Amino acid sequence: MGLFKWAQTKSPWIIHFNTGGCNGCDIELVAALTPRFDLERFGILLEGSPRHADILVVTGPVTLQVKDRLVRVYEQMPEPKHVIAIGTCAISGAPFNECYNVHGGIDTVLPVDAYVPGCPPKPEAIIDGIVKLIQKTKESEGNGKGK
Amino acid sequence: MSHGSIIKIPFGPQHPALKEPVNFLFEVDGETVVNVKPRIGYNHRGIEKAFELRTYTRNIYLAERICGICSDAHTTCYTQAIEELLGVEAPLRARYIRVIIAELERIQSHALWLGLVAHEIGFDTLFMYIWRDRETILDIFEMISGNRIHYAMNTIGGVRRDIHAAMMPKIKKGLDLMEKRVKYYLDVVQTEQTILKRATGVGILKPKDAVDLCAVGPILRASGIKNDVRADDPYAAYNEIPFNVITCDGCDILSRIMVRLEEMLEGVEIARHALDSMPEGVIRVRVPMKVPQGEVVSRVEAPRGELIHYAKSNGTTKPERYKVRSPTLGNIPALCKMLLGGYVADIPIVLAGIDPCFACMDRMAFIDTKKNRKWVLTMPQLRRKYKRKCMQK
Repeated sequence: MGLFKWAQTKSPWIIHFNTGGCNGCDIELVAALTPRFDLERFGILLEGSPRHADILVVTGPVTLQVKDRLVRVYEQMPEPKHVIAIGTCAISGAPFNECYNVHGGIDTVLPVDAYVPGCPPKPEAIIDGIVKLIQKTKESEGNGKGK
Repeated sequence: MSHGSIIKIPFGPQHPALKEPVNFLFEVDGETVVNVKPRIGYNHRGIEKAFELRTYTRNIYLAERICGICSDAHTTCYTQAIEELLGVEAPLRARYIRVIIAELERIQSHALWLGLVAHEIGFDTLFMYIWRDRETILDIFEMISGNRIHYAMNTIGGVRRDIHAAMMPKIKKGLDLMEKRVKYYLDVVQTEQTILKRATGVGILKPKDAVDLCAVGPILRASGIKNDVRADDPYAAYNEIPFNVITCDGCDILSRIMVRLEEMLEGVEIARHALDSMPEGVIRVRVPMKVPQGEVVSRVEAPRGELIHYAKSNGTTKPERYKVRSPTLGNIPALCKMLLGGYVADIPIVLAGIDPCFACMDRMAFIDTKKNRKWVLTMPQLRRKYKRKCMQK
């Protein structure tokens, strides 16, 4: 395992972006960071700036107004980067699928690496999703430097 | 102190902790905020239109997903509106269960909010403490409904799940624990300098302004105005339960913290009383699919304030028009007033003070319009900046 890949899998920093969700998944993500579940013991830290983050955690269906901002946040993140879609809305847009102001799930805008289903998913599920993503990165080919 | 040039600061829409995307444009003169322009709509999904396309039963699901923190308030409001159109009333036991769920939700919502306020002023220990205790309430929700956030308890004509006798000991134990912890936090916020220095005299909203700008909920009550839908226009079983409307006349962030903490204690009492005096009986009545023609307005006191739903039916299985006025929208004009004349460093705490939904700032770009210079301050930098100022005082 190269240095890049080692660093990525040991302490991935996440950034959270709500693209128009109901706040349910967002709270569960924060709950995952607080003492009961304590994601930080794995070296996972919630970062405020996209420039410091490795994983973009997206919740909610993509609304038309937020679409360009989401892409911009993603572009500001340094390579290598990953995207996790949390919750049913982020996966497919449901139940806001047919709404006039909703673009759809996250994967209609960005490449998604991991999906965590649920409405909202429990913190255990979110932790599981992130751990699976780390596992996937470990097993992937290449030196981890990204594109 | 005037520096002579007005600087514009855009806020959002990307932000750190959780909250929804929203954008504010601040005009500052030196350290003082002189103008605020909110820009909302990042979260607009078109729910009201979606209501018209779905049947009344499916709309319960949608109403729940308007907001993840006060999801029960929305479904209570929705089902009450439709029940009134149908001319049916939920059984008394169902209405008691609605009260219990609503109060538990208020406790967890206020706990969540207080944690975020503590986070905004850099007091992360308190944030972690409160969020740990909040899990007690979420465990109770999981036991009653099977889910931690969207409980799906309400349905048209009653509630979907009963609270059995076997659940009572755990609920009461959880309430006892919460009561003990909230009393401890009440002591902490009144004695801890970290909070007092940041919250006293910040984000002032005078009682007259609060009324003129139509502030709702704890914001209004923290300005000394006694206003609570639960007491003024009782719904569910609130007319049978004695409780106090908490007010505080400090008009600042500290008062808002106090009002919410006292409301948590009051919520514990209401939930206990409802659990003890809950009558036996059925929990729901069957209702027809088609709703007769009519219009109705329904009001509920959500954790953040007065929530209004309006429904118009045309005799079919789908509503003709549906309208939701959420408490946060009512508080935005008041928020702009609170921010005016305040310090830049106080913006996060004042924004967080009205409601967690809008404490959405992490990265802000400062633009000096005269020199055409741009720079960015992150949240930790802002915190450090303020800490230095506090020390100089």
